Amino acid sequence: MEMKEAIFNYCLRYADSSLIIGHRLSEWCGHGPILEEDIAMTNVALDLVGQSRSFYQYAAKVEGKDRTEDDLAYLRDEREYRNTLLTEQPNGDFGQTMMRQFLFDSFQVLFFEKLKESKDEDMSAIAFKSIKESKYHLRHSSQWVIRLGDGTEESHQRIQNSLEDLWRFSDELFEMNEIDEVLIKDGIAVDLSTIKDHWMQNVVDVLAEATLNVPEDTFMATGSREGKHSEHLGYLLAEMQVLPRTYPGAKW
Amino acid sequence: MTDTSKPENKEWPLWEVFLQPKSGAHHAHVGSVHAPDAEIALQNARDVYTRRQEGTCIWVVPAEAITSSQPDDENSFFDPADDKIYRHPNFYTLPSEVKGL
Repeated sequence: MEMKEAIFNYCLRYADSSLIIGHRLSEWCGHGPILEEDIAMTNVALDLVGQSRSFYQYAAKVEGKDRTEDDLAYLRDEREYRNTLLTEQPNGDFGQTMMRQFLFDSFQVLFFEKLKESKDEDMSAIAFKSIKESKYHLRHSSQWVIRLGDGTEESHQRIQNSLEDLWRFSDELFEMNEIDEVLIKDGIAVDLSTIKDHWMQNVVDVLAEATLNVPEDTFMATGSREGKHSEHLGYLLAEMQVLPRTYPGAKW
Repeated sequence: MTDTSKPENKEWPLWEVFLQPKSGAHHAHVGSVHAPDAEIALQNARDVYTRRQEGTCIWVVPAEAITSSQPDDENSFFDPADDKIYRHPNFYTLPSEVKGL
C-alpha cells in the first residue's frame, strides 16, 4: 500500500468514528434527562464532529482529488465507512449512551496521547488539540458510569446490561491491518497493541468503582475495518446524509 | 399503596454557580444548575456557563447552604443606611496628583 493511500484511510477511520458517535450523541439534543445534561452531551457531540472535521480535512488534502470534508462525510456509503462498530450502536437509555461513550473516550485519550508523538505533523497537531477535549469527555462519561453503576438497584442493573451489550465491540478498537503496518514503520500511526493493556486497566478500575462486573469470554464483533457494519449504521447515514444528497451543494 | 398525594421530590438539588472570569478576579454569581453531587454540579456548570471562554475557575455551592435576607427584611436591613451620607467617602479633597479614583 502506498503511503498516501495509507494516511488517507487512516484519517478516515478516526474521522468516521468521531463523526458517527458524535452524530449519535447529537440525537440526544432536546431529549436529555435534564437540561444541563442535554447541553453537556451536545457539547461533546460538537467536539467530536470538530475532531472528525480535522481528520477529514487532512484526508482530503492528502488525497488531492478535490474532494472536500463534506464530500467525505456525506457522499460515502455504509460500506465505505470505517468507524468502529461501537460508535454506531444505538443510544438506548442514558446509561447505555454513557457506557458507550466511556469505552470510546477511554480509547481516545490513550490514542491521542500516542498520536501526539506521530511523525506526521498534521496528525500530531490534531492529537494535541483533541486530547484536551477527550480528557474532559472521559471525565464526564466515567463519572456517570460510576454513579449509575453504584447507584440504585435499577440503575446498576441497567448499566450492567449496557456493559454486557457493548463489551463485544471493545476488541475491535484495537484491531490493526495493513494500513497500520505501513504507517507504524514510519512512526506515523499508533501501535494499538501498546495501549490495549493500559485501556483495559483504566476501564477495569472505573468499572470496579462503579461496582460493575467486567464480562468474561464474550464473543467479540469485528468487521468495520473492512466496512462491514451492524444494521444500525445504514439508518444513521440515511438520516445524516439525506439533506446534502437531496440538495447537492446546499448551504445553510 | 403508595401515597400519591405527596409525590417524592425527585428533582436534583440546586447549586449556585460562581465564575472567575480571569485569574486574580473575584468569582461572580452567574446562575445555577441542578446536579446530584458536587462533581456533577461542577461539570454541569462548566458545560452550561463556560462554553464561550467565560471563565478560568468555577465554584459551585449548594443553594441550600446560602442564607438569604428576605424581602420583608428590606426596611430594617437597608433603609437605615439612607441618611448616613457620611459613610460615603465623598468629603475628601483629592490632591490633583491622584489619578484613577
